[in-house]
Amino acid sequence: MNGARAESRRGDCLWLALGLVVAWHALFLLAGADALAAPAATLRRAAQLLASERFWADATETGKAFGLACLLAMLGGLALGLWLGFHRRAGEVADPILGSLYSIPKITLYPVILLIFGLGLSAKVAFGAIHGLFPVAIFTMNGIRQVPAVHLKTARMFNLSPWATVSTVLMPCAAAEIAAGLRIGFSTTLLGTLIGELFASSSGVGFILIRAMDTHEVVDIMALTFLLFAFAAAANAVLHALERRLG
Amino acid sequence: MDSPHAELRGVSRIFPARDGHQEVHALGPVDFQLARGEFFAVVGPSGCGKSTLLELVAGLQPASAGDVMFEGRAVSGQPPEGIGVVFQEDASFPWLSVRDNVAFGLRRAGVDAAEVKRRVDDVIAFMGLGDFSHAHPAQLSGGMRQRVCIARTLVLRPRLILLDEPFGALDQQTRLLMGDELLRLWRETGATVLLITHALDEAAMLSDRVGVMSARPGRFIDIIGTGWSRERDSRIVARPEFGAVTARLWNLLREESIKALGHG
Repeated sequence: MNGARAESRRGDCLWLALGLVVAWHALFLLAGADALAAPAATLRRAAQLLASERFWADATETGKAFGLACLLAMLGGLALGLWLGFHRRAGEVADPILGSLYSIPKITLYPVILLIFGLGLSAKVAFGAIHGLFPVAIFTMNGIRQVPAVHLKTARMFNLSPWATVSTVLMPCAAAEIAAGLRIGFSTTLLGTLIGELFASSSGVGFILIRAMDTHEVVDIMALTFLLFAFAAAANAVLHALERRLG
Repeated sequence: MDSPHAELRGVSRIFPARDGHQEVHALGPVDFQLARGEFFAVVGPSGCGKSTLLELVAGLQPASAGDVMFEGRAVSGQPPEGIGVVFQEDASFPWLSVRDNVAFGLRRAGVDAAEVKRRVDDVIAFMGLGDFSHAHPAQLSGGMRQRVCIARTLVLRPRLILLDEPFGALDQQTRLLMGDELLRLWRETGATVLLITHALDEAAMLSDRVGVMSARPGRFIDIIGTGWSRERDSRIVARPEFGAVTARLWNLLREESIKALGHG
């Protein structure tokens, strides 16, 4: 039964991918080579980029910034979300504030971040981290707040210490919600890091993308976007599978 | 005369005013004694403080006045060793299998693995969960999940078992059958049982004595002995004496239930 469902899901994914490629090609025929690259040309250019040392130097730069930003967003978001989840009053006060901070376009804060951190890795890390921190904190806080009271009473009846209550009851109970927050935090941190590189950087995938835009290298723009999409989709699929497993 | 297994002396519970809500006098003063090995049920109108009473005995809430005693020691807002609780809500941990749910308390208490296996195997067999030991709670019916919670409590070998409307969410037939199982485990473990229920027939069928509570703030208005033998089961409901016990309970409760509905 499970095998049949997995088979059907794989089939759906294949059809969706095929549909997207057909739509992409149709759009290319409609808009022309000045606006869009064809799927085949994009894939060829993506393969060339993957074989070039220069691309990997930029990808490593982005990976370093993204990895650090992700670590900060996830650890910071988890710590903040757990604390607000346990302290109900503080959580109620913080809830709308976090919601607002999550939804404002953070690009408005970028000049401030550049003034604080200067042009370089730390600004990219900070800008990426503030994109991921809020969703991780919000999902973690909600996950903890939604733990049924009866589980907490059960923990008390087992005379669990506060740490044992967190690690063996609260965290497993909120795990699916927390995993959803981490998945969304991962995507938004990647977005933030790339935006940081697009607007103020001298290296990284975001930088070569903006350079391609400036020189109107449509095939490069499409190939880089395709590679970023492939990375984000693969990482998202892994995190989604983790989330389903925990749910 | 044996000392009581558990005892409440002049116990009240008052929830202080908070967040714009007035102070609530939920319970008491209440005095009663539980004899070792007896099955005692508490019935009362909605909101009379039955669950509060149970949580006071369990040490999950502090008393505002009076003394709660278990085996001669004061219970003061901390669950004492030897008391197990089965709650009305499904308290099974959905992320653990039936087996891991049952073993949870033993593992947290640091019991060695061989002993955990032996005791969990025994309780799983005793509760008829053998075919489901690797299933997760989401794959089980409400009745089976409640069995898991009972098994998780039993495996710790509590001397006093507190049951807060454990069959409240089950249909009538399942409740009668679960009642039989409860009587069997009570007989075989020799534990003292305090059952909170809103179902008069359940209280009358299962208990040696039934405490009837008034509308809030709950106090005992009477305690009735049922006089059943220890070997009873759900077939008792067909006996004329059973009807007499439930009728007596209802006569005591009727006025209080009307008061609790706000028509008094």
